[in-house]
Amino acid sequence: MIEKLIFELSNPGRIGFSLPEIDVPQKKLSDILPQEKLRENQNLPQISEVDVVRHFTRLSVLNHHVDKRFYPLGSCTMKYNPKLNEEVSRFSGFSDIHPLQPEGTVQGALKLMYELSEYLKEIGGVDAVTLQPSAGAQGELTGLLIASAYHQKKNHRRSKVLIPDSAHGTNPASVVTAGYSPVQVKSDEKGLVDVEELKKLTDQDVAAVMLTNPNTLGLFESQIEKIEKIVHDVDALLYMDGANLNALMGIARPGDMGFDIVHFNLHKTFSTPHGGGGPGSGPLGVKKHLAPFLPVPLVEKKKDQKESYFLNYGLPDSIGKMLTFYGNFGVMVKAYAYIRSCGASGLKNVSESAVLNANYLMASLGDYFDLPYKSFCMHEFVLSGTKQKKRGVKTLDIAKRLLDFGLHPPTIYFPLIVPEALMIEPTESESRESLDEFVSCMIKIAKEAEENPEIVKSAPHNTPVLRLDEVKASRELNVRWSKNVK
Amino acid sequence: MDYVPHTSKDKERMLEKIGVESLEKLLGSIPEKMRLKRDLNLPSPISELELKEHLKKLSQKNKSSDQMVTFLGGGAYDHFIPSVVEHILSRPEFYTAYTPYQAEVSQGTLQSIYEYQSLVCELTGMEVSNASMYDAGSAVAEAAILAFSRTGRKEVLVFDSTNPFYLDVLRTYTRGMDIKIDLRKSQKGIADPADLKNALSEKTAGVIIQNPNFFGLLEKVEEIEPLVHSSGALLILVCDPISLGILKPPGEYKADIAVGEGQSLGNRQNFGGPFLGYFTAKKELIRRMPGRIIGATQDHQGKRGFVMILQTREQHIRRERATSNICTNQALCALAACIYLSLLGKTGLKKVAELCLQKSHYLADRIRQTEGFKIKFDHPFFKEFVVQTPLPPQKIIETLLEKEILAGIALSQFKLGLDDCLLISVTEKRTKKQMDTFVEELRKLK
Repeated sequence: MIEKLIFELSNPGRIGFSLPEIDVPQKKLSDILPQEKLRENQNLPQISEVDVVRHFTRLSVLNHHVDKRFYPLGSCTMKYNPKLNEEVSRFSGFSDIHPLQPEGTVQGALKLMYELSEYLKEIGGVDAVTLQPSAGAQGELTGLLIASAYHQKKNHRRSKVLIPDSAHGTNPASVVTAGYSPVQVKSDEKGLVDVEELKKLTDQDVAAVMLTNPNTLGLFESQIEKIEKIVHDVDALLYMDGANLNALMGIARPGDMGFDIVHFNLHKTFSTPHGGGGPGSGPLGVKKHLAPFLPVPLVEKKKDQKESYFLNYGLPDSIGKMLTFYGNFGVMVKAYAYIRSCGASGLKNVSESAVLNANYLMASLGDYFDLPYKSFCMHEFVLSGTKQKKRGVKTLDIAKRLLDFGLHPPTIYFPLIVPEALMIEPTESESRESLDEFVSCMIKIAKEAEENPEIVKSAPHNTPVLRLDEVKASRELNVRWSKNVK
Repeated sequence: MDYVPHTSKDKERMLEKIGVESLEKLLGSIPEKMRLKRDLNLPSPISELELKEHLKKLSQKNKSSDQMVTFLGGGAYDHFIPSVVEHILSRPEFYTAYTPYQAEVSQGTLQSIYEYQSLVCELTGMEVSNASMYDAGSAVAEAAILAFSRTGRKEVLVFDSTNPFYLDVLRTYTRGMDIKIDLRKSQKGIADPADLKNALSEKTAGVIIQNPNFFGLLEKVEEIEPLVHSSGALLILVCDPISLGILKPPGEYKADIAVGEGQSLGNRQNFGGPFLGYFTAKKELIRRMPGRIIGATQDHQGKRGFVMILQTREQHIRRERATSNICTNQALCALAACIYLSLLGKTGLKKVAELCLQKSHYLADRIRQTEGFKIKFDHPFFKEFVVQTPLPPQKIIETLLEKEILAGIALSQFKLGLDDCLLISVTEKRTKKQMDTFVEELRKLK
């Protein structure tokens, strides 16, 4: 049975709300607003409360989600989202405050933001943090605009940003949006940045080099010291995409590696839920020489008084505002709670366990799938489905077959440098039993690919819908309900 | 508590499987020099019980709109949220899911976004909607960027009757672009069509008009639209979605793009975020539209289903040619908006809009009759209005705070020449009694 659309549940006269009667002397509408400013009609649906509840409840159960089972999407860090964090972020004192209230009435919120910035500074080894970016991609854009402002201040004319070929797709898009041209740096046979090539490409026209460390193959860029020197020798800036920070907490810090800029993904590393695609939060940390360019306002502590915080708009070199207000505060509360719950020892255990889990899966699956890069991985690793492809079973098929076992597949066809890629990030949340279950399903699918490839190629078989026609969707562009379109 | 399930025995067995004697071996690729040789300097871990107490106390250092009567608006509003909204949002099926990469097991998220897009189109009268942006500010910026890419022109016209924060974001987003933002002064609180006509040229890519504008006033969109279109520019309207319960929607004004702040639709104020920016356009612009879009299709048995469409536009394939870098949406906030609009529906949203309209006009009338106070602009408004005050607005805000009233936004913080003015917002939640008390307190001011 398909779930009807909300509009298909509509019935004239049905009511799903209850509002107070008007308690002020009522004016005639035409006395307040000119007739031509009013709308004649709109066709929002009319549904009873219980039907709305049932509709969205039925929709919800069609989703795979972390609270149900394993979700090993590479570079997405689908870890468990602690329930306490949901509860505290809804406290009225956090969720029912207006961004323009007098500062004296939001000291708790400002203190939380200040302290969260301090924690991120310590974890990242950076000197200043803005919490404003709403997502990783917005963090990237913020960082690149800061790089641009830095070069402008120094009268540098730069037009390029170097990015490895294994980078996240948002990196080049952010580079373009910031007004630079992305230049790709190829990876070497070990899956790391080709340092010689990087050296050749790095000249006075390079504004920044963006790296993900560990990279999207789950490998630590062990030549980072050399890279750092090459980049800084031309006064370019070294940017770290922090999507993979879950591998490093308490072990190594981007700032100590020579990165000038790093963004954090609170929705990955710091356990805040992904919400089906957002809201996330992508704070950005920078070294001292870039702090003057951070977006306004920054949350600061008053020097003369004890325990008093304020929003500082007084940064003359600031790039400006990235958002209407101060960032996704509701998400910050959850990340703050996570860090306080874990502490230093907990965060280190988180990263170590994430690395342990990834290596355990790699060791368990290496005999059944091609493993293009065989050294120990950090928090994630990449398999290739080339062996199965020879039997006519594509990586996409393997992914769809996993759905039949109730598991979410890894990230597929990424990074682009690995053919038939399966990028697996188990996170520290998974127990040994949970990992073993995934391993046994993957082995079963590898066997099926040998013995009964059809069952894999035609998967999934028991999901709410079967494989969907994406070509049709992009051709017909049916992107909304309307009375005339079924 | 770090939420890691492993016992030391588990770890041993796993290391054994990997074939190393210690975890340290797995970290061998990190050069010794780069290692952190001390513990992170963070507060010691605390228990769930202590943490909850700590955060409770911290939250109580804030004064929420639960404890005070608020007349604050300016882009974030204290509208009523039916209980159903947060009950559904609390379902882990929605909030612990990721981006719907595997459509077969993400139909809940995908269909709800398709419904969100449909509801927003219905509300705005626009042809297509994306799955949402970060907030109104970023939506305004991306709308301008779309106008540049569509027209190949390099100027955008804006008026200072638009929310100054949105314009700040527009400036930041376009820093790296070779474009010009022409900021025009409004006349008596609204954009002047004659001035617009003079300013328009063959360089103008787009014109941004907020309606109702930052001061709550209704702009002369019907006069502005033909001017904009005859110059070949795009008309970008920024609209409060609640106002569309009664006001003529951007689609009827022939807007090319309509964006706005969706927080009012079932999302709490959250100290400014997470919010959602709605982003709608004419259908011909869909391939240039930023952000995620969901489309309907079928599986191979003919069953209806939903997928992400036109993914080739941005990061996935056209990496170097992207015009926007947004790759997520504010899915859970959009879900809140979707549920809110489903509950309120055709009659409810109209009623909310009427309550805002009637109540704000009641308050404006009462303030107008209060000695020393003036309604600054004599022009139709929706739920916000500007009051000229006999005392510095900051002083009024401080004094009324003692009476648990948030009096409004002091416009002195913006360079608008309105330093003696307060921006006051009235939602359906304000009662006559609260407003009468507010006026009483204003009267008492010395």
